[in-house]
Amino acid sequence: MNRTINLSVNGKRHTHQVEPRLLLIHYLREVVGLTGTHMGCETSLCGACTVEVNGKAVKSCTMFAVQADGADVVTVEGLAGPDGKLHPVQEAFWNEHALQCGFCTPGMIMVSKQILERNPDPTDREIREGLDGNLCRCTGYQHIVNAVRTAAKAGV
Amino acid sequence: MIANPFEYSTPATLAEALGLIADGAKPLSGGMSLIPMMKLRLASPEHLVDIARLPELNYIREENGELHIGAAVTHYDVESAPLLCGKCPLLAETAGHIGDIQVRNRGTLGGSVAHADPAADYPAALQALEAKIVLRSAAGERVVTAAEFFIDTFTTALEPGEIVTEVVVPVEPGLTGTSYQKCLQPASGFAIVGVAARVRRDGANFGAVQVGITGLTGTSYRATAVEQALVGKPATDETIRAAAAHAADGVEANSDLHASADYRTSLAVSYTTRALHSALSRSA
Repeated sequence: MNRTINLSVNGKRHTHQVEPRLLLIHYLREVVGLTGTHMGCETSLCGACTVEVNGKAVKSCTMFAVQADGADVVTVEGLAGPDGKLHPVQEAFWNEHALQCGFCTPGMIMVSKQILERNPDPTDREIREGLDGNLCRCTGYQHIVNAVRTAAKAGV
Repeated sequence: MIANPFEYSTPATLAEALGLIADGAKPLSGGMSLIPMMKLRLASPEHLVDIARLPELNYIREENGELHIGAAVTHYDVESAPLLCGKCPLLAETAGHIGDIQVRNRGTLGGSVAHADPAADYPAALQALEAKIVLRSAAGERVVTAAEFFIDTFTTALEPGEIVTEVVVPVEPGLTGTSYQKCLQPASGFAIVGVAARVRRDGANFGAVQVGITGLTGTSYRATAVEQALVGKPATDETIRAAAAHAADGVEANSDLHASADYRTSLAVSYTTRALHSALSRSA
């Protein structure tokens, strides 16, 4: 039986009828039409699908959309300012060449934001531990760590 | 991967949730174990009852020398709550070892405990802390110890219709040193072996010691042979080495593609040594 959910995505309210088994990632990509969040492994290992739900980074492939009823969701599309000015983490990923193919990037950026919100001046070890739930198969980890460090210096 | 269809309820009260669970519905908390199983269709519950947002399961409070933690408290909250970091650092430290940031943001203490994965982290700490697990059904409430609760792989003392509602751990006496040491499977983050230790000194000797081990066999356990080999003995490296050799006494170690039974047993001895050293260095 479908349920009505009402939630905010990147500051915009949405009300939809959804099947309880619809995953949050599918809701965001296929119902709301925001394809910036990527579906990678589908088994909560790779972190490409990371979004923020009520300020907490979560893997949207391991959450049903109905569990986000009433929540504030932020995806990678919601980070830049209304004038298009990039979020400091996005800016740092750009400047540090922290992506090659770009598939893992939305998830990497969302989790990096969480790392810095909780620890504004992390050590490299803390950055690497924070990125534990996200995989980059171009093996660009060093540049990603550099980007998180650069974003920390810029102040997130 | 799409789960089989199911009905989804969000009861406003615990009593209402327990009523639905008594009728056969399955409780959903953070979903970090259940949702992957549903996507793989290893589990196909017809009716899920979302208990994660019930205020009655979301609290951390101190009462009469004990800390009461609601089942729906997330790993992140266990890891970061000042009350737990200050008064039960072993549980907070253990929570910080679970999965990754995203998993700790969603996964809950009660959900992990009820799932009873043999490689989960909490059981080692809960065994060492002699924690109490509060179980409730529509018919009433009962309290069991961690030692009674964890029975075997994915098997607990929970009866049909019962859920975990609370975990109770002691306020750690200030002089106690605690530590959780884990050999993790790097892809999943689960423990190949995890050891939680609590150590009190008695002058130059070991006073009370508790050791809990996870990952080695089908369920977590108290390594009583290790504890007995320490109490009253000089607090030295030599005592620790001799005692840790008993970490797997009487236990049939698991064997899988990550670690053979022999290797796991050897890891249990090494990580028990590390946990005891670390706990001793943190004791006063």
